[in-house]
Amino acid sequence: MTDAVPLSWVLGLSGALFCIGLFAALARRNLVGVLMGVELMLNAAIINMVAFWRYLEPRFITGQNFAIFIIAVAAAEAAVGLAMIIAIYRNWQTVKADEVDSLKG
Amino acid sequence: MEQIQIPPVDLAVVAPLITVVGWAIVLLLVDVFFVPAGQKRITGYLGIAGLVMAGAVAAPLWGSDSSTFGGMLVLDNFALALTWIFLLIGAISMVIALDYLPRQGIEQGEFYPLIMFAVSAMMLLGQSANLIVMFLGIELLSITLYILTGFAYPRLSSEEAAMKYLLLGAFAAGFFVYGIALIYGQTGTVQLFSTAPGQESLAEYLGRQTFAAVDLTLLLVGSGLVLVAFGFKVALVPFHMWTPDVYEGAPTPVTAFMSVGTKGAALAALLRLLDMALPSLQPIWLPVLATLAAVTMLLGNLGAIAQSNVKRMLAYSSIGHAGYLLLGVMTVSERGVQGFLFYLLAYSLTNLGAFAVLIALEQRGEAAWSLDDFAGLWQRQPFLALAMAVFMLSLAGVPPTAGFVGKFYVFMAAWEGGLGWLALVGMLTSAIAAFFYLRVIARMFMQEPVRDVQPQLFRGLTLGISIAAAGTLIFGILPTLLINVVQQTALAVGR
Repeated sequence: MTDAVPLSWVLGLSGALFCIGLFAALARRNLVGVLMGVELMLNAAIINMVAFWRYLEPRFITGQNFAIFIIAVAAAEAAVGLAMIIAIYRNWQTVKADEVDSLKG
Repeated sequence: MEQIQIPPVDLAVVAPLITVVGWAIVLLLVDVFFVPAGQKRITGYLGIAGLVMAGAVAAPLWGSDSSTFGGMLVLDNFALALTWIFLLIGAISMVIALDYLPRQGIEQGEFYPLIMFAVSAMMLLGQSANLIVMFLGIELLSITLYILTGFAYPRLSSEEAAMKYLLLGAFAAGFFVYGIALIYGQTGTVQLFSTAPGQESLAEYLGRQTFAAVDLTLLLVGSGLVLVAFGFKVALVPFHMWTPDVYEGAPTPVTAFMSVGTKGAALAALLRLLDMALPSLQPIWLPVLATLAAVTMLLGNLGAIAQSNVKRMLAYSSIGHAGYLLLGVMTVSERGVQGFLFYLLAYSLTNLGAFAVLIALEQRGEAAWSLDDFAGLWQRQPFLALAMAVFMLSLAGVPPTAGFVGKFYVFMAAWEGGLGWLALVGMLTSAIAAFFYLRVIARMFMQEPVRDVQPQLFRGLTLGISIAAAGTLIFGILPTLLINVVQQTALAVGR
């Protein structure tokens, strides 16, 4: 498998995914969309981690290990984030990032 | 199938950490099943007891230099000193929250376990010698702080602050893990430095290679991304936009807690990364960090001048103080590490005290944070006015307060590290900062009250303010007490 697909392709994929996530996080107005963008960024890092493990260091499981930790942490973060978006919606009746702006200065 | 070898675990290394985490988990259950609603301050007392206990557990470990979990966690005097500082920060934050929460009508028992989880995350960051552990520490700290920031639900500003903090924090986490992945891709390891002979680590990797022989692009880009993430967490200047909003919206004890704790913990982790894993790359990262520190000190303090809201002013001033702390981090010298620790403790006590005074002025449903509310405070509450004056002087760096000694320490470290211009920028910005700190003092002592604000003092609040003020003055007048301790934290930097 490592012969058929060179490492650079996998890294290209993860790089592209990271940039898509970054764009979504910066450009989306919808808070849920922003959160999804962030998740994409984390997933790109996971692909990187696993690819580096498989192609460069298959003897040590550091890469796999870290991937699992990232998944767990991302789940926790999404849980808190979605709960907070619901709380915001109850208060403002909106989930648009630019309409939630009472703090200024 | 090869058996996975589980390395022996030395529980002494994680004893304070386990105490705090275990206590917090049990406390969460105790709070739900045994503490009646309306009596939640009992949970607070138990939480403070847990932190004190963890401090006692850590005491016999002083002087040890060991590691466990395959070298992922280390315990040295540096980590222990940080542990005590973080426990103190947590305890003072809880003390000043005891009366704040019921007064604001947001008394929920889980506040105290959440603070304990955040404290444990800070301790983890102080002890981590591995990028994975560092990531977990930062995330545990951040997620608890998101919840704490939004704790004043359904107050609008609190929810909004929490959302902003979460989005930017998650964004920074994305940079952090991607950066770690790239570092791993280049070096094949996420261990910062070797704790056992033959162990693979970043320091080891860089020690083997010479600059010309190997292309370090991935490592450099990865470190850059990690640095961006740290910039967000510590609120260094191009990444500081969220800070004033979040600090203003969060419940005041939480603001006090995170303005000192998050910065301290994240900078301690950054210090380990830069000074122990990447010291050989110092010619590359030093100019970047020096620029960041200079801009942070300048813009943080200039931003504070424009504020008439004291809570917001303190938020900007905390950005500036992150710059001063960074001076101690980047010099890669023992003096720098000592200066960092001293400054962190001085700044923590001072800032916690200043926010505690804000709590006294804060009444239910109405926040009295404008400069006008401080006018004539001396006539209404001499104790509060005097304490606030001590804190403002310490933040400005005026002797005989701890803030002065701390600033002196980090400036000296920068000077000795060949960063004389940065020390000069630091002194210049301190002079700018003195303007807005002294403005508060002038209002308190020289003006008549403008608005009718009745500051309320409770026992917990008085205790918290007294401890903070006493510490600020004692360490300012007798700094050798503390200097003797921080000098024993000789971290093997630059190996």
